[in-house]
Formats: sequence, C-alpha cells, structure tokens
Amino acid sequence: MSAAVVAAGLALSACGGGGSDAGSGSSGAKNVVAKAKNDKKLTIGIKFDQPGLGQKQADGTYAGFDVDVAKYIAKELGVEESGITWKEAQSAQREDLIKKGEVDFIVATYSITDKRKNEVSFAGPYFIAHQDLLVQADNTDITGPESLTGNKKLCSVKGSTPAQNVKEKYAKEVQLQEVGKYTDCVTSLLNKTVDAMTTDDVILAGYASQQPGKLKLVGKGFTDEKYGVGLKKDDAESITAINNAIKKMQQDGAWKAALEKNVGPSGYKIPEPPAIS
Amino acid sequence: MSTLFDFLDNPNYDLLGAFWMTIKLTFFSAIGSLIWGTILVGMRVSPVPIMRAFGTAYVNIFRNTPLTVIIVFTSLGLSSTLGLNLASSESTTSLEDNAFRLAILGFVAYTATFVCESLRSGINTVPVGQAEAARALGLGFVQVLTLIVLPQAFRSVIAPLANVMIALLKNTTVASIIGVAEASLLMSDMVENESDSLLLVFLLFAAGFVVLVLPLGLLLGWVAKKVEVKR
Repeated sequence: MSAAVVAAGLALSACGGGGSDAGSGSSGAKNVVAKAKNDKKLTIGIKFDQPGLGQKQADGTYAGFDVDVAKYIAKELGVEESGITWKEAQSAQREDLIKKGEVDFIVATYSITDKRKNEVSFAGPYFIAHQDLLVQADNTDITGPESLTGNKKLCSVKGSTPAQNVKEKYAKEVQLQEVGKYTDCVTSLLNKTVDAMTTDDVILAGYASQQPGKLKLVGKGFTDEKYGVGLKKDDAESITAINNAIKKMQQDGAWKAALEKNVGPSGYKIPEPPAIS
Repeated sequence: MSTLFDFLDNPNYDLLGAFWMTIKLTFFSAIGSLIWGTILVGMRVSPVPIMRAFGTAYVNIFRNTPLTVIIVFTSLGLSSTLGLNLASSESTTSLEDNAFRLAILGFVAYTATFVCESLRSGINTVPVGQAEAARALGLGFVQVLTLIVLPQAFRSVIAPLANVMIALLKNTTVASIIGVAEASLLMSDMVENESDSLLLVFLLFAAGFVVLVLPLGLLLGWVAKKVEVKR
C-alpha cells in the first residue's frame, strides 16, 4: 500500500519536473510579457491572404481585424507598431511556429479546440465566428444550411474544419468542391460553377467586402468558432495580460471600430464581443 | 500502442479509400500519358516539319510548366471559366467526377512530355541501318516507326519510363488542390484535426507511399531486365 503511494508520488514529481524543464529549455525561460517589456519587440503570426482579417497589402503593410487586435495587444504589452515583426502563419503550421518560438503569439482566425490545447495555450476568445454561406447577391433559394438540398454545389478549402463539417452533416444533400485557397472558391462562385462557398462568417464577409454588390452572406451561422490568441503552453502570465488587453479593447470601442472598418462594408452585422473564458 | 494510433478511429478517415484513389489516378494517367507520349514522339521524329514543330513546342511548354499550375488551370481555367464539363451536371457526384477527370487530363498532358522524351532517347538507341533497311523494303514512315523502331525503343527505355511512372504516382498528390479525394487531401484533413500527433500522420502517409512505390519499382526493374534488347 505505502509503496504504491510512494511510487505515485515519484511519478507525479517526475512529470512535473519534466514539464517545467522542457518549458524553460525551449523558450529560453522568458514569457511573452517579459520579452515585450525588455526588448520592446514582438513577432506576431497572422494570415497574409485573408481579406478583412489579415492581409498583406500591395504596398507591404498589413491590414485586417486580426492585425488590429494584434497591434492593440502589442501596445498594451508596451510594444509600438514599429517593434512588431509580422510573420505568415498558415493554418497547418500554427502550432509548430508557436512551439519552436518563431512567433511570440498568433492572431490568425485561430479556433480554440481541445486538440490544439494539447499543443499550445489560448488567450481570449477575442471573437466568435459562425460557419456561414456566401452566395451570389441575387440568389434567393439558399437561405441557410437546411436549404442545401437538391444537388447544390458548395465550395470550401481542403482539410479545413468547415469543409469537414459539411461532409459530416450535409454530405447526402450537397456536393462539396474542395480547393486549395478560398480565393479559388470566390472565382468559382463568381463563375457560377458552384452555388455557395462556406467557412466562418467573418472570413466570408471579408471576401464579400472585396466584391461589393456581387456576393452576399446568408447570415445563418451554424457553428461556433472561438478565435483565440495562440501562444506557448502554460505561459499563464502572458495569457492574463493578453486577456486584459482584449477586455480593454472591447470596452473602449476599438474592438467594434476595427470590425466596422475591416468587414463592415459587406453588411456584416457586428456581434456583441464575446466573454473572455 | 493502441492509444498512439487512436486518431485513426475517426470513421471519417477513409485511409484505404484515399490511397485507392491515388492508385486509380496513377493508373488512368499512366495509360493516357503512354498513349499521348507515343503520339508525341511520333510527331517529334516525323518527316513533316509542322508536326515536328508542334511536338517540340508542346513538349517544351508543358515540361517547363509547374504541375500545380497545370492542375489548377484545368479546374479554374478549363472547367470553371471556359465551362468544360467532363461529367454530367445532373449527377449527384458531378463535382467529384469532374475533378477526377480534369486531374487525369492535367497529369496526362504533363507526364506525356516525359514519356515522349524517354522514348526519343530510346529511338536513338536503334541503329540507323534498321530504319534504312525498312525503308528499302518499301515500308512507309508509320510502318517503320510502329513495326521496327518503337518496339525496340520501348524495350530499351523501360527503366527510365519506370522512373516517370513513379514520379507520376507521387505527383498525383497535387490533385488534392482541386479537391480529388486522394491521400494528400485526407492528410490535410488529419493535419487540421490531429495537431497533437502530426509526426505520426506524416509517417503514416510516407509509409503508404513507400508501400505503393517499392513494389512498382521492383516490378518494372525486373521487366526492364527481362525485355532488354541485347546488342
């Protein structure tokens, strides 16, 4: 009996020791808050190809809601815009970039999921998106996910969560075209090769803003995607600091203003800011 | 061990189906590119200048265009913009079938150039005297090519053709960008969902391709030895 207790105790302490060792070894024993305070520099991962959220402009600057959130957080941590190095964080590489320390944190339509929590930690959510449909502006027969019947053709990006949602729930009624990038879906949609495209509503709103008058959002979101700020596992101090920054951004109106500026032109209804969990 | 591969239990991961699609893509593209490549090499060595010019231009354009560009073009250019539909739009699997056939079209267009160039090097191994002798017997160009030169040329280039086919098998992963449900499309699903066992996912798919490529290489290597023309 007592031997078992001792063994369990040993196992526990061994786990704890291993964990903290790995943490300090890979991150060089510094968290994001401390780095921001000391170096006045941050490397932030964003999307480069997501209009309205994170996009690299033709003139080399970056614009979008995620970019504005990232700038606000950086400012709260004491880093000016000139001290930010932007880095492209493609969906499949996000966990890796964080774990290897190539970015300090990631603000890139990064949904908080349990699997990802095994690899990284999340602050936020700073936004809750809903999977939605984008259709031609004059389309009247697609009113929501239930209307995806009668052999409709739907486009999404291969491997993405929205595409898998559709495959699981609506596969019998709808044909799914999986392409490499969302812009390919937009092209197909404008050509009428597909009837609709699907992903998170705020991303769709970004594309609708690019094609004013041609495309419209259906506006019947059917999942909740909580966008979080991804950062190294167990950096509790930084999570608190980033959460405080997000709360402040929501309260002083900068959050709403950023959304209105970036995705407002599509007619996207700005939701209430989510509660930080 | 069982917990290590837990991520495979998800019924949405049709691993065998995905690799079967890879095999189907390879099979049909291989047949198509062998046929089209043989026609191309006929053009490249023909006595008609305009055919030679077409063959040369075609090979140089398609061989030097990245495969990804060709595959995306079949989907966005040919199908989406120009309205080429290779499957009935009424069918409930028209998008799937269309993407599959467009992908094969793209692979054939691309791989045929390499088949053509391999065959052309094989034609160079056939002694000139044989073609001259055939002409002296009164055979025309097509007869000389199909009866005398190409059979010998084929047998001497089985090994390089095997390399082309292995490259084709691996190239089929590009089809995922236009939504053909082959191995690499399933891999992107799994990369998105199983972020805590990424390395295992990659190893699994690497192993899958080794299982496909190794026997193919061994078989074609054996065939090459068997049918080689001894000179």
